[in-house]
Amino acid sequence: MKRTDLAINIAGHELANPVMTCSGTFGSGKEYCSFMDLNMLGAVVCKGISVLPWNGNPPPRIAEVYGGMLNSVGLQNSGVDSFIANDIPFLRKFNTKIVANLVGHSLSEYEAVAQRLNETDIDMMELNISCPNVREGGATFGTDTRKAAEITTVVRRVCTKPLIVKLSPNVTNISEIAIAVESSGADAVSLINTVLAMRIDIYRRRPVLAQKVGGMSGPAVKPIAIRMVYQVARAVKIPVIGMGGIRTPEDAIEFLLAGASAVGVGSSHFFNPQASVEVVNGIRSYMEGQGFASIREINEALIDE
Amino acid sequence: MKLFIASIIQNHAIAHGIYEMVIHAPEIALHAVPGQFVNLYPHLESTLLPRPISISDVDYSGGHVHLAYALVGTGTKLFATLRVADTVTVLGPLGNGYAIPDSIQNPLLVAGGVGTPPMIFLARSLRMPVMIYLGFRSSTPYFVERLAEFGVVRVATEDGSDGYKGNVVNLMDKHGAEGDIVYSCGPRPMLKAVQEWSKSKHIPTQLSLEERMGCGIGSCVGCIVKIKENNYQGWNYKKVCHDGPVFLGEKVIFS
Ligand SMILES: Cc1cc2nc3c(=O)[nH]c(=O)nc-3n(C[C@H](O)[C@H](O)[C@H](O)COP(=O)(O)OP(=O)(O)OC[C@H]3O[C@@H](n4cnc5c(N)ncnc54)[C@H](O)[C@@H]3O)c2cc1C
Ligand SMILES: Cc1cc2nc3c(=O)[nH]c(=O)nc-3n(C[C@H](O)[C@H](O)[C@H](O)COP(=O)(O)O)c2cc1C
Ligand code: FES
Repeated sequence: MKRTDLAINIAGHELANPVMTCSGTFGSGKEYCSFMDLNMLGAVVCKGISVLPWNGNPPPRIAEVYGGMLNSVGLQNSGVDSFIANDIPFLRKFNTKIVANLVGHSLSEYEAVAQRLNETDIDMMELNISCPNVREGGATFGTDTRKAAEITTVVRRVCTKPLIVKLSPNVTNISEIAIAVESSGADAVSLINTVLAMRIDIYRRRPVLAQKVGGMSGPAVKPIAIRMVYQVARAVKIPVIGMGGIRTPEDAIEFLLAGASAVGVGSSHFFNPQASVEVVNGIRSYMEGQGFASIREINEALIDE
Repeated sequence: MKLFIASIIQNHAIAHGIYEMVIHAPEIALHAVPGQFVNLYPHLESTLLPRPISISDVDYSGGHVHLAYALVGTGTKLFATLRVADTVTVLGPLGNGYAIPDSIQNPLLVAGGVGTPPMIFLARSLRMPVMIYLGFRSSTPYFVERLAEFGVVRVATEDGSDGYKGNVVNLMDKHGAEGDIVYSCGPRPMLKAVQEWSKSKHIPTQLSLEERMGCGIGSCVGCIVKIKENNYQGWNYKKVCHDGPVFLGEKVIFS
């Protein structure tokens, strides 16, 4: 029998398996220690980090929707200094890759946080240009091809670590943006961030979220994410990290077949705190059962002629 | 805090639209303090988020955890259909509960609606006579008898269908309520009124808050409340699930 190897490679860095956490859904990792062995994860992607602490948006920030949820957190975080002092040393105790998720209001804020993080012991950076919950920055960069290329170029200049750019699904042509960030120096793209959405309370006749609109995530967005990963994986040469609604190993395998080199498990941690580890184990069983020796073999196995 | 598959010992209506569920969860029973809550998972494809429910009482010897919940929507209505010997996925105990300073002698417990259940566990843990004021909208008050085991219970209903007609703070004023600490749980307008009441009387207060939650364990930053802090803006958003749900009354900014 062939040896089953779950390892994958992003810009020359090997991950023990293709399963990561999604930024903002896994805290700093500490919150999930009692539910799983963090050594089991390919990478831990931390919550969005800005140069200075951000308050985020007023509550309510969460609304449940059929098969998922909306959030309008707005990237509340305690800033890069706190991340460096508390979160990196904690995660370093585990044999997993650390990916920092970068956010800013402007080109110079993104550049500043990338500069700080480049001096640290993290393994990779994920440039978040797709958060729908902030007024300046965030998705304003990720929904405009020219701006997406520009910010990737700026961060690339100061980032010597592998650089992942996280794409927004709230665009007409996601492949075009993926190609733009690839040619501006991205080592990988991750998608999708949350889908802009809204809920209205019919008795109070008001939007449920204080911010009125928010980002939708969870199983209900998965078919959108699969379609986008499929398109992007065929448009760029760099690795694609697929996410959006992954709850089970089967969900993750769908992404791998669509062409994702790695996958992110996000909101499912709220529904089941052990979700990502269950996904790792299930991918292994699938590979053994179906005779796949590597993730790459799955990536090439889709019959779509 | 851990995830358990707990079997259901009891689950039945105790008042109109209010259920009490008793689950077998010895580790939660052992570690819980009053004011803490658990996540109950509906596990429906349509309804995935955990429901935060306060621990209303524990029985250490039997390993039982008591929960009381109002039938509000999909999740709680699903819980009401569970039968004895069915199981439910539960995570807990979660959050920071009420602190019980050594010096207190005269605690005042003020609760409204579904803020009432956790008062049983609190009253039991205080191990001293307590004064309890309860406010209900119009539905039949519940847990009054169970709470009477721990002290004097006074009830207000908004429509006067039971006890005093009006809100609970008016009832406290009417009886010249006093205490050296106030513990409160209930709807936001009531908590706000209790905060003002105890401020005017200079009584230290602990308030248990509710907010819409994603994870219940501090990872999504969804469940925040404005808490006074010594920084440039005078406040910070704190997580109800992780930094609360119980906060010092004077620190809470109701906006
Ligand atoms: C710390 C804490 C302790 C609680 N303790 C109790 C208790 O002991 N007994 C009790 O009856 N209720 C309690 N609640 C409120 C309880 O969580 C909600 O009534 C319940 O989640 C409603 O779920 P549903 O599916 O029936 O309603 P739906 O309206 O269908 O729920 C939709 C979404 O909104 C959320 N939600 C709805 N109402 C509330 C609310 N008031 N607070 C927070 N989230 C809400 C749900 O969790 C769900 O995500 C508590 C809330 C918190 C935050
Ligand atoms: C509460 C919450 C917070 C999030 N915060 C971030 C963030 O800080 N940075 C980011 O790039 N994406 C963030 N996201 C998006 C997720 O990382 C992920 O892309 C999206 O939720 C889709 O995956 P899912 O359906 O598995 O959750 C957040 C999502 C949620 C639900
Ligand atoms: S509910 Fe997720 S941080 Fe409180």
